[in-house]
Formats: sequence, C-alpha cells, structure tokens
Amino acid sequence: MNNKFIYFDHASTTAVKPQVLEAMLPYFTEKYGNASTIYSLGQESKKAIDEAREKVALALGANPQEIFFTGSGSESDNWAIKGIAYANREKGKHIITTAIEHHAILHSCQFLEKEGFEVTYIPVDKDGLVDPGQVESAIRPDTVLISVMFANNEIGTIQPIDEIGKIAREKGVYFHTDAVQAIGNVHINVKDMNIDLLSISGHKFYGPKGIGCLYVRKGTKITSFMHGGAQERGKRASTENIPGIVGLGKAIEIASANIDAYNAKLVELRDRTISEIIKTIPYAKLNGHRNQRLPGNVNISFEYIEGESLLLLLNKNGIAASSGSACTSGSLDASHVLLAIGLPHEIAHGSLRLSLGDENTQEDIDYLLEVLPPIVEKLREMSPLFEKMKA
Amino acid sequence: MNNKAIIAMSGGVDSSVSAYLIKEQGFEGIGVTMKLFENDDIGINRENSCCSLSDVEDARSVAFKLGIPYYVFNFTTDFKSQVIERFINAYENGATPNPCIDCNRYLKFDKLYARAKELGCDYIVTGHYARIEYSEKYHRYLLKKAIDNTKDQSYVLYSMTQQQLAHTIFPLGELLKTQTRAIAEANVFVNAKKHDSQDICFVPDGDYAKFIENYTGKKYQSGNFIDRHGNIIGEHKGITRYTVGQRKGLGIAASKPMYVCSICKESNTVMLGDSYDLFSKSLDATGFNWISIENPAPPLRVKAKVRYKQNEQWATVTQILPDKVHIEFEEPQSAIANGQAVVLYDDDIVVGGGTIIASYH
Repeated sequence: MNNKFIYFDHASTTAVKPQVLEAMLPYFTEKYGNASTIYSLGQESKKAIDEAREKVALALGANPQEIFFTGSGSESDNWAIKGIAYANREKGKHIITTAIEHHAILHSCQFLEKEGFEVTYIPVDKDGLVDPGQVESAIRPDTVLISVMFANNEIGTIQPIDEIGKIAREKGVYFHTDAVQAIGNVHINVKDMNIDLLSISGHKFYGPKGIGCLYVRKGTKITSFMHGGAQERGKRASTENIPGIVGLGKAIEIASANIDAYNAKLVELRDRTISEIIKTIPYAKLNGHRNQRLPGNVNISFEYIEGESLLLLLNKNGIAASSGSACTSGSLDASHVLLAIGLPHEIAHGSLRLSLGDENTQEDIDYLLEVLPPIVEKLREMSPLFEKMKA
Repeated sequence: MNNKAIIAMSGGVDSSVSAYLIKEQGFEGIGVTMKLFENDDIGINRENSCCSLSDVEDARSVAFKLGIPYYVFNFTTDFKSQVIERFINAYENGATPNPCIDCNRYLKFDKLYARAKELGCDYIVTGHYARIEYSEKYHRYLLKKAIDNTKDQSYVLYSMTQQQLAHTIFPLGELLKTQTRAIAEANVFVNAKKHDSQDICFVPDGDYAKFIENYTGKKYQSGNFIDRHGNIIGEHKGITRYTVGQRKGLGIAASKPMYVCSICKESNTVMLGDSYDLFSKSLDATGFNWISIENPAPPLRVKAKVRYKQNEQWATVTQILPDKVHIEFEEPQSAIANGQAVVLYDDDIVVGGGTIIASYH
C-alpha cells in the first residue's frame, strides 16, 4: 500500500476551485441576507445573484432572464421534461429522447409514461451517436419536446446538437439538452444551436454541489417547478442558495475563460491513455466515439473481468475511477449506455471509466499505465471465463 | 492463510454482529452486500426485501461504525440463473425448492468467495448459525449445528465442500440469538431491533405462484385433482400453486382434511389424500455432498431431516448408485417433498446431504 491518490473521476464530481470557494465564503457569514428583503444586506445578495446569472448567461450565449437557478442538474432535467410536458398538453403528449440519457431524463420520461404521455427512445449507433435523421422522422404533430444530451457521462460521445437543434426549430418542437457533462468542456451557444432548454450542474466543473441551472429560452411554455415564493421569476420558489449561485457563476466564468487550453491539455492526456491501454492490454476495447468525445473521457471494456473488482483494486493502489453509472445502492449495474451501444451484458460489466481533469498530469497517466495492466492480468488469471476462452 | 475476510452483510442483525465479532478477533474485514435482484425485475415495489436500499443503508451504517470498508456487489445475473430460475424450474416440475440452499452454494460460497480471492481475502464470513471445526479424528473440516438449537442453520449449508469450510467463518455458531441481539444493542447498531427475515427474500409476500406467473409471464394450465386410486376429485389451478403437504387453498370439500401428497408434471395432476397418505417410509436423493466422511461405503445408521424445521429421525443410508442415495426411515415420515434437501446428522455433526428426488409410501 502507498499513500498515492490520483483522481480520475471528474465526470462524477470535481473539487471546488480555491477562487470559487473564496468567492462563495462571504455569502455564508457576512453577506447572509435573504435576497427577497428590502434592506441593504438583502440587496447585496440580490446583486450577487444577478451577477452570477449574467456570468452564466454570457457563458451560454443566453440572456440573463433566461437563466433559472435550481438545486442540481437532475432537478433541471426533471423540470425541463415535466415542465414542458405539463405546460404543452393541449399540443400533444409525445416526447422524443434517446436510449443513453442520464437517469434524471429517462426516469422522468418513464414517470410521464405512467401519466399517459408517450415517449420515443431513439437508439444510438455503436459509437453512441444519435442520428439526427432518426430524430426528425420520429417527430409527430403531437410531439412537444425533444431531449438529447449534449455529451454522454459514461462514454463521452458528443452529439450533433446543432443539427438536432435546427431540425427541432424548423419543426416547431421544443429542444432540451442535458449539458451537465459538456459544460466547461465544449463550446456552447444556445442561440446558434437552437437550444430551447439546457441543464447544467455546478459541481462538474469545479463549482459547488447543490446548485444547477436550467436555461429556458424566452417565450418557452413551461410550468413552475416549485410553488411558493416569487424567486426565479416565480418559476422555482425557494430561498436562493446564494453561496452556491455565486460559486456556480465564478466556476463558469473560469471555465469559459480557460476552455481551449483545458481541452487541449485533456485531449493530450486522454489520447495517450487510450492508445497505451489498447496497445498494452489484450482484449481491451474503447467505448464511445474515438474523436467526437469529451476531452477527459476514457471508457474501456476489459473482457473476462468484473468491473467491481477492478475498481476496488485500483482504489487499493490509490486510483479513484468508476465504471459508468453506479446505481443508488452503490453497486454497479450493467450500464444502459453500454448495452445501448451493443455491448453484451458480461462485457458491459467489465468496463472502466476514467474521467480526467484539471489536476491530472502525465505522471498520473504513467502511474496508471504501470498499475492497470498487472491488475487486469491478475483478475483474468482468476477468471473462469478467461480460462474457458483460452481452452 | 491471511487474516483478511469478506463479510457478507445483508443489513440484518446477524451479519452485522458477525462483522463486529470478526473484527474483535483481529481480522481485517471488508463488508459486502450482495445485490441479488432488482425489485422491478421481480415485480415487487416493497422496500423491505433483502436487497432493498434501506438494507444497504443499514449494512453500510454498521460497517462504517466498525470502521471497515463496505461495498455492494452486483450479483443479479448469477442470482437469476442460479437461484430464481432453479426455483421456478422446481415448481414447474412439481417439486418444492429451497432457494436459500442454492444461494449459499452458488452465490455466497462460490461467487462471493471468488471475489474475496480477487481482493486478497482468504475468508468468507456470514451470519449463519452453524459451526465449523477442523477434526483431527476425521482429518476433515466438520460442519456442526449451532449452539442455539432454535436458530440452527446447518441444514441450508450441507452443500459446503472441504475447501469452502476451510475458508469460511460463522462467528455466531457459539451464540444464542439473544446474545447476538444484546451485542447489537450494546453497539447501538441501527438494526439492533430489526425483525428476522422469514420468507424467501425475492418473494417477500410469500405468494410463490403469483411470483412465478409474473416472472415467467406464463399462465399455468389447470388440471385434475386425483385421489390415491386415480379418480378425479376436482380441478386444480396449475401445479405451480401446490406443494407436498399443503392443506390450505385446495378448494376441495371433503369430510376429512385433505393434503397434497404428490404432484405429477407429465399428467398435470395433483394427488390428494388424508394425513395417512402423506407418510413415506423411504426416499431417494441425488447430488449428495458428504462432509464428515468421504462417502458411506457400508450402510450407515444416522439421523436425517427432510425439511428445515423438523427434528432429525433415525434412518439407514445406502449409496445405491454413484449419484443416488437411498434413505430408509425407522418410522414413516410425513410430507417428504421432492426438491427439498435431506440432511444427515451424527449427533450435532452434519454427515452430508442431498436433494430428494423420490419418496416411497
């Protein structure tokens, strides 16, 4: 055992940047006023919210009035799906989404199906790409919403969002994208891309947890998510999480300013990791598109081994990684994303997701490439499946 | 052998106290909950079945309190093929399965043990009430009944091999259940007062027939109830709804209590009889696992039990074929069901056990 610790799970969450924390701190103690009050202390909070809103709007190419703060990315997704479905019932009850969405989208859709809505789940190809043509042909007169994630959290595939946005706009159907993984990694402009609704979450790009936002294009018909006070233009009641909002604003400002350098660095680390692993470990296969993928995403399946054991042995060696989507109990389920790109069940169980980020270095990759091959080899030696295959 | 152990933690009191005890004994433990099924898959929404989230939270809370690492492992695929499908298959063939035995055999002491080895652990620890000892006299590992006779689970463990016994620890074998609870309470475990699980974990409401129909999507054909002489005496609702010894829910009006005596898949009939018809003098069993001996060369006089909650009865055991054992009871036994286990005892030592495939009136 050693004391090494290398974090390769940035798609799951990230550490708050010191500048972000610093911006947040005064709003816990000195500037604690409720933004709905009339005295100066409260007005200072209100001002801080407005400033953060402007920063987010700037980063997305939106107007500040179109930015609504929420409690998380999942909340934003839930609101977008249910809010559009409920507000546009007289137009229709049909929603289009994809097979590889985050559970916040899929489970919201399943919930609506029980309420009598109809949902079309567009499949993806072997690289995890959605075909915009298929989206187009799924549109019906009663379709009220198309929701396609910007980039996938497990395999990192980036979708042709502008093409889908164009189709949706032409057909007069609202278009939502879950950009929780994409934000900070991919250039986003909601106007150019014809996006009507977009979800983000603070903690995926070095901001705090417990804060997210939903961009809602002006004029979009959507129900309120929380009823109560008049916060967020009456769309999302709740006393604002001001430190969180300030943190989100600061984090998105930093991310936007550094996006190109950040991407270049991650792409270099990512490509080296992928090619070395594929080269040195037999029966290893990259999941997701080779180039059209998030700069920090590496997702590789190792045949004949269990992902759970692999992760625990990596952890023993000080490497924090994951295997795509962990279920709520903490166990690993065969990922719906890997199954959707056509992986058989047993291989979907043996996949490893490394999501690289800010603090990772070439030395981290050196270390990974040193410890990973012997772990895979050891697990295969113990695997009855591997024995069978060799025989 | 090292002192590292994987503790199979269900979230219940017994496995929690086992984790505590094994740590006290100086082992380096890792708590593991085996996720066995998705509630959605098996058609239940109830949260109080064995792999529910709240059980996972309880297990995690105990593990963290003890300062040991804790993980949930997904065994749903194996559980489906090795336990649930065997269970359904048995009912479809008119037999009465014991899924806990299959779960111990194929999951806990096989799959989980393989995981333990991958993680560098030499032992599996469970909260079963039974004892394991190495006997110089027999030169073998022995499986013995628990000290707490009311809780003894040696019956469901009869399939354990010498190798598995050597790598398994049952910390509760020497304790009374009341002592286990006292330890849990003294350590303020969240589950100290949790009630014992009773039913089969994947059928928490005990309605096996409904579970099987939901799971397979099949509708089982109705057929005839017959008497001992083959006369038709009524209509049954599909053989998966019946089990040998059953009296309730037959929907038959008779002057005396009627019981299910046997089930025939081929003719899709269920034979009913009175309590006398239920008795069998002997049985055949297969898939035998011998523990205290290598195999029973000469006929062996031992005690045997044919279901979990039964007192052992004197019987003579003869190996009649390589994979067939014949057991002749000294007194006829009631309601011997195919698919159940017959487990042999020499005082408190488990001699061996197998699956019942036939019984003779």
